[in-house]
Amino acid sequence: MKPYIRPMPRDWWLQRLPYLSFMAREVSSIFVAAYVVVFMVMLQRISQGPEAYQTFLDSLQSSLAILFHIVALAFALIHTLSWFSLTPKAMMLHIGEDRVPSGLILGSHYVAWIAISAFVAWMILKS
Amino acid sequence: MANNAPNGTIRLEIFRYSPDKGEEPKFQTYEVPFREDWVVLDAINYIKDELDGTLTYRWSCRMGVCGSCGMMVNGIPKLSCSAFLRDYYPNTIRVEPLANFPVTRDLVIQLDDFIGKLKSIQPWIIRKDGEKPVSEGEYLQSPAEHARFKDFSMCINCMLCYSACPVYGLETNFLGPAAIALAQRYNLDSRDQGRSQRQEEVASHEGIWQCTFVGECSAVCPKHVDPAAAIQQAKLSSTIDWFQEVLWPWGGKK
Repeated sequence: MKPYIRPMPRDWWLQRLPYLSFMAREVSSIFVAAYVVVFMVMLQRISQGPEAYQTFLDSLQSSLAILFHIVALAFALIHTLSWFSLTPKAMMLHIGEDRVPSGLILGSHYVAWIAISAFVAWMILKS
Repeated sequence: MANNAPNGTIRLEIFRYSPDKGEEPKFQTYEVPFREDWVVLDAINYIKDELDGTLTYRWSCRMGVCGSCGMMVNGIPKLSCSAFLRDYYPNTIRVEPLANFPVTRDLVIQLDDFIGKLKSIQPWIIRKDGEKPVSEGEYLQSPAEHARFKDFSMCINCMLCYSACPVYGLETNFLGPAAIALAQRYNLDSRDQGRSQRQEEVASHEGIWQCTFVGECSAVCPKHVDPAAAIQQAKLSSTIDWFQEVLWPWGGKK
């Protein structure tokens, strides 16, 4: 009596939307990492003086660089939103007998995100 | 329209595999009466009784408690006793055995791998010094302590979560959602002292660290056990263990 083993199709992640959005979340980290590399190069150019920094800024004007930044931004948003939506699962908190509602955990993450982003923007833009 | 009156028919495409014939599996189409209050399991029982007695499948309670009748209904793992025909009518319904498991015959899958994993996490209360005699009374627990693990204790071992998990589909050595949720159920139980004994299985690469947090295990769970949450919680506490062992010299090994 031989059991039948069904092979997992190579395109399993295309067959259902939840799997596709999982893959989008995983792939998003590549773009986030790529942007970090660009950011580090920028820091290095700043340390080399105003001229090197200006050359770097000019190089960002190319349509390829602009396209990369748009795509990287889109994936950074997918990355943030998809991970935030999972926080209620990773943080299962109880107060007495009641589980803290997932909306509250999710909401407080968004509040913290906006507050920190606003603080960073204020630090950069105040001068 | 009376609720029970037949109202046309509905087609079911059912996965058929016969190990002794040595043939490749195939889909067989059956036409059954459509009834508003029928579920996929009712339709399959009708096929078995009236159309084709050779169709093989597991079922028992018909009310979402026993966890025997899990099947892929249009590609999604479901208890066939809880999947209403009216949600698919008038389209054809495709019924397959639970994905990611070897098929014994037709809609019956092999459970051995899951049962072995279930046993490996020691799903019972462990006391370091053995259980106290009954005459000394029970181990008391407050409602708040009970609430910590109650959701994880609702599992009916239906294995839908294993079918929904692509990690298990690709790496069958993965301990899997239900077994980890059950381990977490006992680890969080205030009466239990067996966490360190379960850690070898749970905190291994084949355990929680294999999970990439797809989250579909929780989405398909008919009992809202939320195994994805259990796994992430277990990852968090194992990470804390690691920090205590490595960075906290006097914390010692647990």
